[in-house]
Amino acid sequence: MSTTAVTAPNAGRLKTFLSGGRMRELGILLALILVIVAATAKNSSFVFSGDGWRDLLLTPAPLLLVTIGQAFVIITRNVDISVGSIVGLTAYMTGWLFATFPGIPIAIVVVTAVLFGALLGLVNGALVAFAKVPAMVITLGTLYAFRGINVLWTGSNRINPSDLPKPFLRFGTAQFLTIPLLTIVAIVVLLIAAWYLKNMRSGRELYAIGSDPEAANLYGLKTTRRVLTAFIVSGTLSGLAGVFYAARYGTIDSQAATGWEFNAIGAAVIGGVAIVGGVGTVWGAAIGAILLITINRALPILGIADFWQQAVVGVLIIGAIVLDRVLARRQKRRLIEARDDS
Amino acid sequence: MTTSTATTTSIVQFDFDRPLWRRILATREFAIIGLLILVIVVASFAVDGFAQPLTYNYLLLDVAPILFIALPMTLVMTTGEIDLSVGSMAGLASVTTGAMVQAGAPFEIAAACALVVGVVGGAFNGYLVTVVGLPSLAVTIGTLALFRGIAVGVLGTTAVTEFPEFWTALAKAKLAGTSIPWVVVPFVVLLVIFVVLYHFTPFGRGIFAVGLSADAAKFSGVDVKRTKFIVFVLAGAVAALAGIFYTLRYGSARGDNATGLELQVIAAVVLGGVSVFGGRGKIHGVIAAVLLIGALSSALRLSGVTSDIINIITGGLLIISVVGASLFAWAKKRRSAVSPARAAASSAS
Repeated sequence: MSTTAVTAPNAGRLKTFLSGGRMRELGILLALILVIVAATAKNSSFVFSGDGWRDLLLTPAPLLLVTIGQAFVIITRNVDISVGSIVGLTAYMTGWLFATFPGIPIAIVVVTAVLFGALLGLVNGALVAFAKVPAMVITLGTLYAFRGINVLWTGSNRINPSDLPKPFLRFGTAQFLTIPLLTIVAIVVLLIAAWYLKNMRSGRELYAIGSDPEAANLYGLKTTRRVLTAFIVSGTLSGLAGVFYAARYGTIDSQAATGWEFNAIGAAVIGGVAIVGGVGTVWGAAIGAILLITINRALPILGIADFWQQAVVGVLIIGAIVLDRVLARRQKRRLIEARDDS
Repeated sequence: MTTSTATTTSIVQFDFDRPLWRRILATREFAIIGLLILVIVVASFAVDGFAQPLTYNYLLLDVAPILFIALPMTLVMTTGEIDLSVGSMAGLASVTTGAMVQAGAPFEIAAACALVVGVVGGAFNGYLVTVVGLPSLAVTIGTLALFRGIAVGVLGTTAVTEFPEFWTALAKAKLAGTSIPWVVVPFVVLLVIFVVLYHFTPFGRGIFAVGLSADAAKFSGVDVKRTKFIVFVLAGAVAALAGIFYTLRYGSARGDNATGLELQVIAAVVLGGVSVFGGRGKIHGVIAAVLLIGALSSALRLSGVTSDIINIITGGLLIISVVGASLFAWAKKRRSAVSPARAAASSAS
């Protein structure tokens, strides 16, 4: 593979790059722009109004974070279906800390909730990496366990906006140069994650592990540690998303963020992260998450009852994996042609 | 390939060193059945009102949809695939029945159409997985959203509640003179069909072969694609059946019926000893696991413990059962006095 890339002429390399590489993210970005343009054409306040602009950028932020974490895990050929429960649990913890300890500094609450998310991710990762049990089973177990702890802790209680300090709620909707603060934080996380996966040795190793776990092991990569790290990243970002959830909505009950696991996995898949591991970028996953949320908000404007939103998401997911399949086949054929030519 | 065959043989030989009763006792299925009996016995003594016919009646009615879908899910997971869309399919079947009854169709026709929808939906999953060659996890996350989306889209937030008295009564009816719900009869029929299909037919052996190694199965003459396609169709059809039952039991067809059922089914199937890698599973283990979760939650509810704790127990049992099994295997490997070569072979497999 690498020899082909080196010996192939530059034009061929560019073609391969476009057909199998960035083209995927560009395609999904194009779809996102199309949705936004269509919705704006119908109702200009979708983008060109204070609230419209803010919601456009702000609403995807929590799912964006969860999807980035999910992409880390899926790239290593694992899956984390406990993320919805982690978001719910950390969101409630955030509210509970404010309600129980009035006057507690916001920074301490945020750090505690994020660390708690990391701890939950560590539990997942440790069970998967050391017990050698498929991630699907372990995280299905922790999905129930974490949600159960949440329900037991919350009971029929609910955190209301009045329980939360005003500055924290303001943080949820604050804007800097018209861009919401939460979105800025999410984008910074995205930049760091993308840079790490592209440039750091340990980031590349995540791809190697996902492409072929046994080969990665034989090659001497620290697979256990890397997989553990991926789950901790997923837990940490879900914890941060829990804080975002609390700041954005202010109302948290025991069922907060139920079902987010499928949204996050679906968003990653739409964005070109292959469920079998080793392929995809957090850029794609992030755009997938934004597309998922934005379509949800755009459908009623486009005159489609929002009841159909999930059906559209389903079509998108299936369309995306079929497209990936077609692209992969085409790329394979091109690579074989390139090899035969040289 | 050769190493793994050698390992399997060595394990089988190792097992034959022990008497038959110990081999049976040491199985995971027996552990689950034992746990189920333990829960029932302890709850009968310790929990007021558990040893009542009515408790068993509600228990069976509550777990019936899970019991139904667990049968084909066992087959799907034994081939090494997964179907996350079953809960949504149950919901879609419920909505299909409801929408058609609302439009004036007789209930029997509506239910038959819902079954057809189940077969078509299952075939759609099967087509994408076998012919297009896509991973079933991704495909069925897609159809999980798609089927649910259509169900919610058709009925919106409305519910259909006008079903023939005869059928809604039948869903809750008891067998004459007992407290066993009538739904047990169709379940037992399905159970027999699935047990025979899974454990006693060439097709069933093919399911295991596909799960152990699709390549080896192909070279042994098993039609891998056909096998997988059929199990997905079965999953869709039975999920639709469960959806129809769900509709009748609660007398209501809604877009969000049976939401999240897929995870309950998969948790029970895995707890019952079906390997997510495929190639291993026993139907009696799965049935025992469904009943175990049902009995535990019913006992807890009756004893006044908040029933919410059932989430923790389901999750905890699932994790302990898989982690425990792998710890057990690890300990056994260390203890067994096999030659270093054999130990190396078993760790490689």
